[in-house]
Amino acid sequence: MKGWMGKLRAFALLGLTAIVLSACGKENLTALDPKGYGADQSLYLIILTTVIMLFVLAIVMIVYTIVLIRYRKKKGQEDFIPKQVEGNKTLETVWTIIPIILLLIIAVPTITATFDLADESAASDSLNVEVTGNQYWWHFNYEGQEIQTSQDLYVPVGERVYLNMMSSDVIHSFWVPTIAGKMDVNPENENTMYIEAQEEGVYWGKCAEFCGPSHSLMDFKVIAVSQEEFDQWVEDMQNVDPEAEPESTVAQEGQSLFQENNCMSCHAIGSSPAQIGPNLTNFGDRSTLAGVEDMTKENLVQWIMDPESMKPGNKMTGNYPEVSEDDAGKIAEYLMQLEPSEITPESAGTE
Amino acid sequence: MSHDHSLNPETMPNEPEKATLEGKNKFLGFWFFLGGETVLFASLFGTYIALRNSTADGPTANELFGLELVFIMTMLLLTSSLTSVYAMYHMKSNDFKKMQLWLGITAILGFAFLALEIYEFTHYIVDYDFTFRSSAFGSAFYTLVGFHGGHVTFGLAWLIAIMVRNAKRGLNLYNAPKFYTFSLYWHFIDVIWVFIFTVVYLMGKVG
Amino acid sequence: MSTVASQKRGFGEVLWDYLTTVDHKKIAHLYLIGGGFFFLLGGLEAMAIRIQLIKPENDFVSAGFYNELLTMHGTTMIFLAAMPLIFALMNAVVPLQIGARDVAFPFLNALGVWLFILGGILLNLSWFLGGAPDAGWTAYTPLSVTSPGHGVDFYVLGLQITGAGTLMSGINFLVTIINMRAPGMTYMRMPLFSWTTFVTSTLILFAFPALTIGLFLLMFDRMFGSAFFDVGLGGNSIIWQHLFWIFGHPEVYILILPAFGIFSDVIATYSKKRLFGYTAMVFATILIAFLGFMVWAHHMFTVGLGPVANSIFAIATMAIAVPTGIKIFNWLATMWGGRIEINSAMLWALGFIPSFTIGGMTGVMVASVVADYQYHDTYFVVAHFHYVIVGGVVFGILAGLHYWWPKMFGRVLHEGMGKLTFWTFFIGFHLTFFIQHFLGLMGMPRRYWVFLEGQGLDTGNLISTIGAFFMAFGVIVMLVNVVYTAVKGEKAVADPWDGRTLEWTIASPPPHYNFKQTPLVRGLDPLWIEKTEGKGHVTPAEPLDDIHMPNSSILPFLMSVGLFIAGFGFIYQVDYNWAYILLFGGMAMTLVCMLIRSLKDDHGYHIPKVELEREAD
Repeated sequence: MKGWMGKLRAFALLGLTAIVLSACGKENLTALDPKGYGADQSLYLIILTTVIMLFVLAIVMIVYTIVLIRYRKKKGQEDFIPKQVEGNKTLETVWTIIPIILLLIIAVPTITATFDLADESAASDSLNVEVTGNQYWWHFNYEGQEIQTSQDLYVPVGERVYLNMMSSDVIHSFWVPTIAGKMDVNPENENTMYIEAQEEGVYWGKCAEFCGPSHSLMDFKVIAVSQEEFDQWVEDMQNVDPEAEPESTVAQEGQSLFQENNCMSCHAIGSSPAQIGPNLTNFGDRSTLAGVEDMTKENLVQWIMDPESMKPGNKMTGNYPEVSEDDAGKIAEYLMQLEPSEITPESAGTE
Repeated sequence: MSHDHSLNPETMPNEPEKATLEGKNKFLGFWFFLGGETVLFASLFGTYIALRNSTADGPTANELFGLELVFIMTMLLLTSSLTSVYAMYHMKSNDFKKMQLWLGITAILGFAFLALEIYEFTHYIVDYDFTFRSSAFGSAFYTLVGFHGGHVTFGLAWLIAIMVRNAKRGLNLYNAPKFYTFSLYWHFIDVIWVFIFTVVYLMGKVG
Repeated sequence: MSTVASQKRGFGEVLWDYLTTVDHKKIAHLYLIGGGFFFLLGGLEAMAIRIQLIKPENDFVSAGFYNELLTMHGTTMIFLAAMPLIFALMNAVVPLQIGARDVAFPFLNALGVWLFILGGILLNLSWFLGGAPDAGWTAYTPLSVTSPGHGVDFYVLGLQITGAGTLMSGINFLVTIINMRAPGMTYMRMPLFSWTTFVTSTLILFAFPALTIGLFLLMFDRMFGSAFFDVGLGGNSIIWQHLFWIFGHPEVYILILPAFGIFSDVIATYSKKRLFGYTAMVFATILIAFLGFMVWAHHMFTVGLGPVANSIFAIATMAIAVPTGIKIFNWLATMWGGRIEINSAMLWALGFIPSFTIGGMTGVMVASVVADYQYHDTYFVVAHFHYVIVGGVVFGILAGLHYWWPKMFGRVLHEGMGKLTFWTFFIGFHLTFFIQHFLGLMGMPRRYWVFLEGQGLDTGNLISTIGAFFMAFGVIVMLVNVVYTAVKGEKAVADPWDGRTLEWTIASPPPHYNFKQTPLVRGLDPLWIEKTEGKGHVTPAEPLDDIHMPNSSILPFLMSVGLFIAGFGFIYQVDYNWAYILLFGGMAMTLVCMLIRSLKDDHGYHIPKVELEREAD
């Protein structure tokens, strides 16, 4: 009975693997279909180690199956006493040496890749972005570019972008599985990693270090665009006039409500470095609200009225004056027309 | 009740602390306990070394420490370790009175050490406003040195308890392991202090 | 009327007996009851987690409550279920296996179990007192320092108290095994379970103090305003991660090594063969323990320690796979050429081999640093450690319980129900966790309260939750089995499995003094040697004489209660001054009990020879 179980298990394993691999998750989130340099390196090692380890598992399972078929107690064997074997030097040496060789095959490329991904020699010639992790949102400061933005990180495709990361509160971890593996964002020291997207598109990022109630809602996006589009975006962002008057009257009213209610004491529009709350310069360009919700006016009004219902434990709740639904609608109108650039997640590709 | 008599033999064996199975167990168990304590203090030392320069604009080690006082404290504790060795020497020759005498001297030296440590802490707090909450360095300093001080305090309470308890009835195979484990503990505290002297005070003045 | 009264008095007597006992066999029962209870509690928490994740953006529980659930699930399962259940088996079996009448420090043994039980209760009372800890079982700073309410305070005090108990038990087993072995029981004749207990105790001794210090620092930061992890005052939150994992990684081996020992004994017994490569097994155990201390930073590859540190820790970690592999092959070789009897205890051992091999494989995979940048803190890692801890430790505990249940309680667990438990639990386990490897790689980080719609994670999570229900069903059957066996179970003989080691030479359950005469051991598998040489019983090493036994004592319980009370004092002194009464009162209670213990002579008592002669076999 146990014999066919072993075979069945092996079958089920293989079958399951095949099914899951054929649909290896959503294309702009999965680590199994990389579109970036770091993720490529990781996948290479994942496949290498998996193959070697499956080889070991196969040997174990073959021996296991033989043992269970051949040496299971059979009828009429009640008095059979097996030979009491102490051990076997040759066998024991074999199953010590072979694993060591297999591990060396894994160790060498592991170390090479580790040093490769920690290479900071090109940092000074590359685009550097200061990343700040906050409960529960991400801030990006393009160093030397006078661009501050939150939640959406725009990068040029095919270029190394160095991320210098620090946290303003607890530890977070920056992870865009399709582009690169993760790196922790610590409050006491700056960690540097580089990412290099190989294909244009919008990639999901997630916080991977437990950071509080809304840890699972701390998503962000990396938007990889062509160099020309990126340059265009940089220009658009640099030319933003934070005081610009909106076109519609409702939005104008929203703008004055935004100022009267002192929203600016936490949120900046433009390249001001203030970052108690997310920077809203290109708020209207974003395709998601607070990282996880659809960017609709309805959702935004709900957020302004009661952020706690959408992101438990966020720092906005209770720290701003109460707003009527009517006023919230006007503020929403104002915020949603903050669309400084033609380069947006929608323009960048799949969502 | 023949068993009780076996605990009071006419002549003490060579190693009275290990003459019974209970004594042997206690002896070995205590050594293991000290092994665990070593990791405990190693963790504290590691933390201290990581944080000793994190003074957050508060006083630094170099500003605070005065080696004269610490040197006296070191001498007191080292001497007390030596006197406890004498006490154990007299235990092995079954001279209870002399053992109690040397243990008494050990206790006095221990109290003197503790008094100086209390003075030292008060000095830092009053004159430098350097407390447990001042900086990460402050937290690490008071925790490490305070943990040691706590061990000294506990050791003294233990010593006095067994000295008083056994004052009238003298030495036997039942209480010999108790005295002996105490002396092991006391040596351990002494060794830890030598490390504190080096890592905290000397490195604080020099590094 | 009178029978009711006598039963009541009977219950009171039993209760008092267990509150004061210093007998390792009864302490094993206490560990089993305590650990079993917390295992069920941790299981309920796991079920709530899986139900929350049955579909995307579910709202079965709130975000805050989910974090409490996941924290308590991890903490409970590691500290309050797996470790105590291992201790239950160690206490029940190790003194018997080495031919001892008790452990070296029976009093400390009792203190250990009560510290565990009261620490566990303290931790779990947080559910009713404003909320459980919510910073993960790893309690990473600064999240754990800034976590509002008292949840994390309960975590700190609860673990500090149980941890103290664990440390004592570790020292106790070390000394027991070194000093109390029967004549002829040399180190290289000890059964593997005793060996792994010995090695595990060493790990406990050198690993737990790091946690003790970590918890102290966290406690000082939360309750007394120190600045160890306060970046504003120069603190450094990475220190916690180092201290936690210097403890935490050996902890994994503290759990798994005894399980290895159990499997070694179980597989040898039911294969009717001597353990293949005994010496290699012993040295592999020691090597795993040794290496286990130098790999802690593989939990921290993404922290930013730099490529040099990451590479060193990666290599050290991979090295552990070698001794582990040796063990797997030695078990297979033990069965090779044997006469394998498959019953419920052996089924767990047979289920363990493929499950644990997968867990070990993924262990090597996560050691590959750059690959780990993807695995780290995702469901891949969740899958990996559940394969190791459930597929290794829990299977081991269950194998051990089925194997030694007759020795512990004098009754044999029901075979049919045992098999049903195995198959449902085994299938459920793989259903739950295998798919999680892929969920992780598909972009699902661990400790996620919700996963979003349309991210391709729905099916995998649904399958996982279905598997969890299978596991729950298996556990329920096991419970029914325990109750059934207690009431109607088949009475066990001294040696129901044709055993090989000393515990099977005495009655089931053994008398409170274990061995009437200390046995003389003539080799590895002493009972087997006597059986093959036709005698069938072990020669005594001494003439029948009075047996010296330790006295019972209520002090261990009272000392633990003192610390339990002081724990509340520590937690609430932040808010209320009256809590200092609890703090100092509780500490005083413990210290006074210690003083009494130190100063009151306790020579134990003797069972006279005549009485032993009367209890003829």
